[in-house]
Amino acid sequence: MNELSQQIRLVLNEGGTLPVDATTLNDSDDLYAVGLTSHATVNLMLGLEERFDVEFPDRLLRRRTFESIDAISAAVNELLATKKAA
Amino acid sequence: MTSTLARARCVGSEVAARYAESVDRDARFPHEAFGALKEAKLLGVMVPRAHGGDGASIADIVAICHALGQHCASTAMIYAMHQIQVACVVRHGEASAWHRGLMERLVGEQLLLASATTEAGVGGDVRSSVCAVERDCARFTLQKNASVISYGADADGILATARRAPDAPASDQSIVVVLKGDYTLDRTSGWDTMGMRGTCSEGFVLRASGDVAQILPASYADISAQTMLPTTHLTWAGVWLGIASDAVARARAFIRAEARRKPGTTPSGAVRLAETVNLLQLMRANIVAATRDYQRAMDSAETLTALAFAVAMNNIKTGSSEMATRVINHALLVCGLAGYRSDGPYSVTRHLRDAHSAAVMINNDRILANTAGLLLALKDEPEIFA
Repeated sequence: MNELSQQIRLVLNEGGTLPVDATTLNDSDDLYAVGLTSHATVNLMLGLEERFDVEFPDRLLRRRTFESIDAISAAVNELLATKKAA
Repeated sequence: MTSTLARARCVGSEVAARYAESVDRDARFPHEAFGALKEAKLLGVMVPRAHGGDGASIADIVAICHALGQHCASTAMIYAMHQIQVACVVRHGEASAWHRGLMERLVGEQLLLASATTEAGVGGDVRSSVCAVERDCARFTLQKNASVISYGADADGILATARRAPDAPASDQSIVVVLKGDYTLDRTSGWDTMGMRGTCSEGFVLRASGDVAQILPASYADISAQTMLPTTHLTWAGVWLGIASDAVARARAFIRAEARRKPGTTPSGAVRLAETVNLLQLMRANIVAATRDYQRAMDSAETLTALAFAVAMNNIKTGSSEMATRVINHALLVCGLAGYRSDGPYSVTRHLRDAHSAAVMINNDRILANTAGLLLALKDEPEIFA
């Protein structure tokens, strides 16, 4: 497990986003199948924006973006890379 | 065969209108209108041509809801709720042989489908379930304490939401389709309400069993975002627009009659009528635009599951429901006591009672709270012609 995915687990646990402990999940696990709701994805996104100091553009505000820790990592990596380039 | 809309207009004016008063007074299922809708083959129109239907679009269905809503709101609302179920089967059942077979039966037998989404114990949140689908090899069983199954007693089948499995979280839901013979219903509550009295939205305990092939292959989360939610808000809005349109038609007839009685003078309610027609136009334009947006986005799961689309559909629901009662209130003022009467050609009392259901069928406050949450995440204003 890399550092980014660990930080994402922290955000998942801090916000009480999931009914389960995120450290017990694999990076590829389907978060919706373990109880992520569409309402909770908003708080998850806010938590990610705060922790990584990024902004999720509207085009990333889709169900698939938050479907797994892998998917979230990909989105955050993309946003961090854009930030660096700017 | 004449167009689906022409057939619906005919059923509306010839049959639904004639029985609307008795359906409302007795809070009974509109048997006559549904007999006529089945005879006119209007229940399966959304089924693709490949499976024997007319391949009707969402715009066609909204137009039919609007046409029926001008005559009998309960008939129109039941028709809308049925088509929401058909849309789920048509858009998410194509990969399954059982559901393709169901599509053919929807056309051939003109089956009427109801929905069991709300459940006691979840506080009105249709996106979470207490009950679960229990599989045993090729069979499943399901027991659901459904706080509302509109026209459940008169339907030929029911789409029920439930947790995907007994160990699945509340938000991980599936939809199962059960047909008459697969289930029993025990009534737990009646339906004696202000309006929409013919929808007979009673509570039931649903006990069902069937083949696991009857479970829709997609997850409810996808079905809800891509089909059930937009189809619900658009078809309901079509019904409400129909109710409001008829109230305005009555107000216009009232003012014309006044003008004829005193030629040369403008009736006192004429200015109010002008404002009413303006509001109705806003309501119609909003619904037409959103229907086109949905039609354009229909093949893109990405767009349909985006938060911006959910906000737009939420707004159609809250905006149209509020506008409906506002327009009808204006029509009431235009018609005065003739509008306030429960009888006569200018009465808008049933319109007003029926339209008040709009704000509480999925409570507007719940939807606004949901929108408020989504707006915490969304940033950009879409472009005007995006």
